[in-house]
Amino acid sequence: MALIEAERVALRYGGPAGTLALEEFSIAVEPGEFTALVGPSGCGKSSFLKIVSGLHPTSAGVARLHGRPIEGPQHGIGMAFQNATLLPWRTTLENVLLPLEVSRDHRATFRQKRREHELRAMELLRTVGLAEFRDHAPFQLSGGMQQRANLCRALVHEPEILLLDEPFAALDAFTREELWGVLQDLWLERRFTVVLVTHDLREAAFLADTIHVVSRRPGRIVKTRVVDLPRPRTLATTFEPAFVDIVHELRDEISRVRQA
Amino acid sequence: MSDSTRLTLAPWIATAALLVVWELGCRLFAVEEFLLPTPSASVGALVQYADAIWHNAVFTLWVTLLGFALAVLFGLVLGVATGASRLAYAALYPMLIGFNSIPKVAIVPILVIWFGIGAVPAVLTAFLISFFPIVVNVATGIATLEPELEDVLRSLGARRSDILLKVGLPRAMPYFFASLKVAITLAFVGSVISETIAGNRGIGYLMLQASSSFRVPLVFAGLIVVAIMGIGMYALFAWLERRMTGWAFRGQTPIV
Repeated sequence: MALIEAERVALRYGGPAGTLALEEFSIAVEPGEFTALVGPSGCGKSSFLKIVSGLHPTSAGVARLHGRPIEGPQHGIGMAFQNATLLPWRTTLENVLLPLEVSRDHRATFRQKRREHELRAMELLRTVGLAEFRDHAPFQLSGGMQQRANLCRALVHEPEILLLDEPFAALDAFTREELWGVLQDLWLERRFTVVLVTHDLREAAFLADTIHVVSRRPGRIVKTRVVDLPRPRTLATTFEPAFVDIVHELRDEISRVRQA
Repeated sequence: MSDSTRLTLAPWIATAALLVVWELGCRLFAVEEFLLPTPSASVGALVQYADAIWHNAVFTLWVTLLGFALAVLFGLVLGVATGASRLAYAALYPMLIGFNSIPKVAIVPILVIWFGIGAVPAVLTAFLISFFPIVVNVATGIATLEPELEDVLRSLGARRSDILLKVGLPRAMPYFFASLKVAITLAFVGSVISETIAGNRGIGYLMLQASSSFRVPLVFAGLIVVAIMGIGMYALFAWLERRMTGWAFRGQTPIV
C-alpha cells in the first residue's frame, strides 16, 4: 500500500472565487521512496506539501496517509524550507532539539529524555558535518551550514516522511551540490520517505527515485519519470549520458507545460 | 585617537559644546536671566537648591518608575494579545491608536477629578503616555514570525501556546527592550506634565513654583535634572537590552 496517496485532489485558496492551486492531482508515494515534484514556479507543488502535512485541507478529492484521510497535523512528518528559519537566540543543537520540545509526541517527556535526545541530535549533526558547531549561534554559520542544521531539525524526531520545499534554492551551486550528497547520505542511512519540491531538474534527477512533472496552475501531474541510476550517486553521475538524458527529457516536458 | 575613544568622547564633547554656545550666547547678547539664564546660573541654582531639588527629583523618579512599571506590565499583556490573535488585533488596535492620539495633557484634569491632586495622576499619566510603544513593539515582534517556521511547528502538532512561548516571545524581546528605551523617556514626560498641572510635589511642581516667582535659573535646573534622569534611565535600559538580547546585535558581538 502506498504511504502517501492523493486521489483527484483539488486545493483552492481564499474561498470559492480564490486561486485554484491544484486540480485533479493524483499521486502515490511508496514507503521509503524518494519522490521529487518539479514544475514551473507557482504551479502548486508546495500546496501539495501543505496537504500532506495536514496544514491545509483539500478542497476536493482525498489525500491519505497510511490509507487514512489526512485531517489536521500528522504524526511523523518533518519539514524544511528554502529559508532555514533557525532561531537566532538558540545554539545549533538547541535549534535541532526544538521539534522535540513542542511536538505532540515528545513534548511531555522531553525533559526526562533530554540526554537521549541530545545524543540523537548530535548523531545527526555529525552525519552532516556540524558536530563541532553544536554550540554556535546560527548567524555564525554559513548559509549551507544553516541549511544542514535545518535538515537535522526536520529529522530529529525521526519522522517517517520528510517534506522538502526547495531546500537548497537559496544556496550557491557548489554548496547546493554538496548538500545533495549530504541529503542522499542521510536518506540511504535512514530510509525515510521524501517528497522534494524543486525547480532544479538536476537536483531532482540526482536525488529522486521518481520524478513527477507538475503542470501549470492548477497543478496536476502530467508526466512521471523513474530514475533508475545506481546509488550512491555522485557528482560524476551527473555527467553520465543516462543522467543528462533524464534532465533533457524533463526539461522538454517543462517547456511544453509552460507553453501549454 | 582610536575610533572607539572618539565614539566614547563624542557625546560629552557635543553636550559641552551646546553648553558653551548657550553660555556665550547669553553673555554676548546680555540676555536677561528671567528670559534665559546661562547654564552656569542654572547649575548655580542647582547647587543652591540641591536639597529641594533632590527630594523632588527622587519623588518624580519613583512616580515615573511606578507608571513605567504599569506600562510594561500592561504593554506586555496587550502586545502579546494583539500580536498572537488577529481577532484581538482587529478589535483593539483602532482603539489603541485613537487613545494614543489624545494629548495626555488633556487627561490630567480628568485624573485630578477622579483621584485628586498628587502622585496618583502623575503615575497614571506616566503609564498612559508610555505603554503604547511597548504594545506596538511586542505585537510586531510576535506577529512577524516567519510563516515557514510556523508551518514546521504546526505540522508537528505544536500548540499555539508553545509556539508563542518558545518562538514568539523570545523573538519579540529585542522589540520589547527597544521599546523600553523609548517608553521610559516618555514616562518622564508624562509624570512631569502631570506634576506641573496638578502636583504638590515632584520636579514638575518645583519648576512651576519657581517659574511663578520668576526664579528662572531654578526652572532650568529642574529641566536639567529631568534630562539627566531620562538619559540615565535610557542608558540603563539600553544596557539591559544588550544583556538580554545580545543575539540580536550580531554585528557587534565577536565571532567565536
